[in-house]
Amino acid sequence: MYSFDYERPSGINEAASALGEDDKFLAGGQTLIPTLKLRLAQAGKLVDLGGIAELKGISSNGSELSIGAMTRHADVANSADVKSAIPALAALASHIGDAQVRNRGTIGGSISNNDPAADYPAALVGLGATVHTNKRSISAEDFFVDLFETALEENEIVTKISFPIPEKAGYAKFPNPASRFALTGVFVAKTANGARVAVTGAGPSVFRQTDMEAALSGNFSADAIAGIKTSASGLNADIHASAEYRANLISVMAGRAVKAAS
Amino acid sequence: MSVENGIGASVRRKEDQRFITGNGHYLDDLNRVGQAYGYFLRSPHAFAKIKSIDLDAAKAAPGVVDIFTGKDMVADGIGGLICGWGITSKDGTPHKAPPHNSMAVDAVRHVGDQVAFVIADSLQQAKDAAELIEVDYGTLTPVTNIAKALAPGAPQVHEEAPGNLCYDWELGDKTAVDAAFAKAAHVTKLDLINNRLSPNPMEPRAALGEYDAGSGELTLYTTSQNPHVARLIMSAFLGIAPENKLRVVAPDVGGGFGSKIFVYAEETTTIWAAKKINRPVKWTADRSEAFLTDAHGRDHVTHAELATDNDGKILAFKVSTQANMGAYLSTFASAVPTYLYGTLLSGQYKIPSIYVEVKAGFTNTTPVDAYRGAGRPEATYVVERMMDTAARDLKMDPTEFRLKNFIQPDAYPYETPVIMTYDSGDYPLSMNNAKGMIDYNGFAARKAKSEANGKLRGIGCAAYIEACGIAPSAAVGSLGAGVGLWESAEVRFNPTGSVTVFTGSHSHGQGHETTFAQIIADKLGVPIDSVEVVHGDTSKVPFGMGTYGSRSLAVGGSAIVKAVDKIVEKSKKIAAHLMEASVGGIEHEHGVFSVAGTDKKLTMGEIAFAAYVPHNYPADLEPGMAENAFYDPLNFTFPAGTHIAEVEIDPATGVVDIVDWAASDDFGNVINPMIVEGQVHGGVAQGIGQAMLEGVQYDEDSGQLLTGSYMDYCMPRADDLPNFRVATTNTPCPSNPLGVKGCGEAGAIAAPAALMNAIVNALGKDIDMPATAEKVWRAANSN
Ligand SMILES: Cc1cc2nc3c(=O)[nH]c(=O)nc-3n(C[C@H](O)[C@H](O)[C@H](O)COP(=O)(O)OP(=O)(O)OC[C@H]3O[C@@H](n4cnc5c(N)ncnc54)[C@H](O)[C@@H]3O)c2cc1C
Repeated sequence: MYSFDYERPSGINEAASALGEDDKFLAGGQTLIPTLKLRLAQAGKLVDLGGIAELKGISSNGSELSIGAMTRHADVANSADVKSAIPALAALASHIGDAQVRNRGTIGGSISNNDPAADYPAALVGLGATVHTNKRSISAEDFFVDLFETALEENEIVTKISFPIPEKAGYAKFPNPASRFALTGVFVAKTANGARVAVTGAGPSVFRQTDMEAALSGNFSADAIAGIKTSASGLNADIHASAEYRANLISVMAGRAVKAAS
Repeated sequence: MSVENGIGASVRRKEDQRFITGNGHYLDDLNRVGQAYGYFLRSPHAFAKIKSIDLDAAKAAPGVVDIFTGKDMVADGIGGLICGWGITSKDGTPHKAPPHNSMAVDAVRHVGDQVAFVIADSLQQAKDAAELIEVDYGTLTPVTNIAKALAPGAPQVHEEAPGNLCYDWELGDKTAVDAAFAKAAHVTKLDLINNRLSPNPMEPRAALGEYDAGSGELTLYTTSQNPHVARLIMSAFLGIAPENKLRVVAPDVGGGFGSKIFVYAEETTTIWAAKKINRPVKWTADRSEAFLTDAHGRDHVTHAELATDNDGKILAFKVSTQANMGAYLSTFASAVPTYLYGTLLSGQYKIPSIYVEVKAGFTNTTPVDAYRGAGRPEATYVVERMMDTAARDLKMDPTEFRLKNFIQPDAYPYETPVIMTYDSGDYPLSMNNAKGMIDYNGFAARKAKSEANGKLRGIGCAAYIEACGIAPSAAVGSLGAGVGLWESAEVRFNPTGSVTVFTGSHSHGQGHETTFAQIIADKLGVPIDSVEVVHGDTSKVPFGMGTYGSRSLAVGGSAIVKAVDKIVEKSKKIAAHLMEASVGGIEHEHGVFSVAGTDKKLTMGEIAFAAYVPHNYPADLEPGMAENAFYDPLNFTFPAGTHIAEVEIDPATGVVDIVDWAASDDFGNVINPMIVEGQVHGGVAQGIGQAMLEGVQYDEDSGQLLTGSYMDYCMPRADDLPNFRVATTNTPCPSNPLGVKGCGEAGAIAAPAALMNAIVNALGKDIDMPATAEKVWRAANSN
């Protein structure tokens, strides 16, 4: 780790203006701290978002569920509001990493990092969520741009994410056996405006599987998508899985997510 | 009469209180006054010439004490690291052991090779300074794969080893084997890869060196499984200090699995540097360094053929293996694919003739050496995968095929065609026991049920054998070992009756502090809480050959028994004097000495007290109660058994669910059944890791390590493992006084073959380890 300065502001504007060119926001630190420790990244200053009360918390109004950016995975997993509004989201959060990671890592940190194998991006895109920042609101699909790349600009802070509550939703994750991130994860949702299917882990960034969406919009059942394949071209290939295998997992996990949907 | 916490009792481990409450003293917990911190600059290239190293900017950086390179050590007369076992090739030439300096002198040969040692007041300063070192590398094309390294035209890793060949070794009777194959009714052929593993002990390696300018004494605290051997090598071969001026201490060590047997460059550099700067220096590996530099295990490519007759009897076996040694020959590397491998290829079977040849070669990868089981897992994997494959060819049930070919219980001593003399065993008993435990006969019904649910189901066994209790000195000496493999012990009573046991067997997770105390409790009636086991310090323990090859109890424990026998002998004389009886009339049981035919008796504690306060004492005896013993085993020990795995496979994803596991092991007599069961669990977990999850991978073009962290190197976790059914059978070992065989490696030896046989059985086709979900999925969905 290289040395850095540390600041812990208590307001959003204060945090945004505290961030200089070489500085980084610190949320749960579960991605940022290890990269600093391994000297893979360097920061002039860490601006810790942990002291900003308004970034934390969960609320639901019956049609929309709101989760503050600094809400930890464990809090999402255990929230009665989340469990009753979107049980699949609570289940997803309960399978991120291990207990230590869930007790530190945050939804804002996870989506701002946009790891191609992270779980939350599937839920955000699968549910058609909106990302709110200190500057604007961005639809989930526009937010996740590419591998480790989001629409966030300099000094832009994710403040909360709002999820329209679906009729039902399900998430099925095939974990990478080593890291337990998603080798491929599929989030499906049945909404008033049709079905949505979002895939994480398989491509450079989360994406929608529109063939499956069309089939599920007519008939929200695993059988409806049983024959639908995803092309392997453009999917990730690494020492853990080939693109063809990931393409197969999209079909299998999508079917399981539909079956699990509630 | 039985004794509390004696032999056979599942006593809770004495050491666990300090380990699980964070009160252990691992190496990184130790600090010396004025200590500086060392950091190694390591090669980013797999293969490169070092054209120049510029240290100027780094030496001027804040906090830097000094920076050394390989040239400094050579200039100081420090020798290279050695391989302690000489292997002779078919043509009579000795194996090639190219120079292995602690730090690179003119070339680097694997990613992570040591280039410079930066010492600073803090670790951060040392790391900062290392970034300022400028090394001009001339990169070369690397080779990482053993088959490619041994093929013509491959890049040359060392000038001294043409064709990258370390040795081309053979064992067995080729003529007899060829003749048997010529008239065989069936020949089964099999190609196998034994995947390279990273050892992953919980505590990474570390070293702390200290120099006392007054006495001229050097002390090295290090994560070693055998501190005396480390001292011997550093004194005799590297010339770091004479043995009497070098103390090596291995405190609590957090696991080793073999990887901490070897003498490593970081230890030798650290202790040497401490004297150079006349200040204590500490080096602690981080996990990334552990992946790059802890000696790896396995990495074999094998072709095997088995000849059988029309009745399913084995006629002959031939095996041809290529073994990857990595970039340099590690401390015992040469022995692993030869005398720890070829000699076990008879398995549990009566095989009239066997021939094995092994070509070992160098590559631009981390050195490969012993890892839990060392050679014996590789042998069992070849033998047991072959038995299943042959049974399939012969359309026989694999367990029936084995039962038909087992060495029978009345056949001992049994001499194999590969120079081992098995001393005891009952292989049919272990096999039948395991079959009963897992309801082998009910498998067909369970399979039908799985199939009805769209799943594949398989069952597979491994009837393994290992040679443990390593090893009779004369035997290993004749096979090329540079050392004798005996063990030492001292049993020392204190005047108040408590006991300190000094043992050369190092404990780094095995539970010696408990098991050895149980031996004392049993033999001498001393409560285990009054027994202290001391190990791991060359200034305290007489001498020790260390812990590996499941030898601690069979060899180290036997040395303790020999010392105990001397204690009993002396105590009888004291008892006879005190009770006014003849020595011949003294009976001894569990620390109580009585006069035959009377109610007169004295306890061990009373006698020990008399020995230290000798007011009324035999005139011809020395006072005191402490005895030393060295024990050299008469033979190897031969733990053996059968493990059976049952799996269910989801063909949609290739995920293998291990639904059941039966382990029936014969370890001879068991001192602590709970510790033994724990060893089996741990070993099986590692074996399952090898079979399904683990595997070191290099990028073949760049030679970069692709599996350099837990994000990519997959360790087995609790939820990957089934509940184990574990049982033991017992044919006591006839060659040591405890009748014990050793249990530390068995699980890792048996498990890969059992699990792969189950997976192959479910799929109906061969795949190589690790059986990842994708590999299984491809096999399940191809014709
Ligand atoms: C062992 C382990 C296992 C894991 N397993 C999984 C898994 O299975 N699935 C999964 O999805 N993830 C997994 N993770 C990642 C985990 O979910 C992290 O919590 C997440 O990647 C980052 O969240 P964080 O709060 O820790 O962010 P940090 O590490 O603090 O920050 C990450 C990045 O986001 C930026 N950032 C943080 N908050 C904001 C904000 N509000 N606005 C703008 N920028 C911000 C930071 O500047 C930084 O660049 C795992 C992590 C570990 C260490």
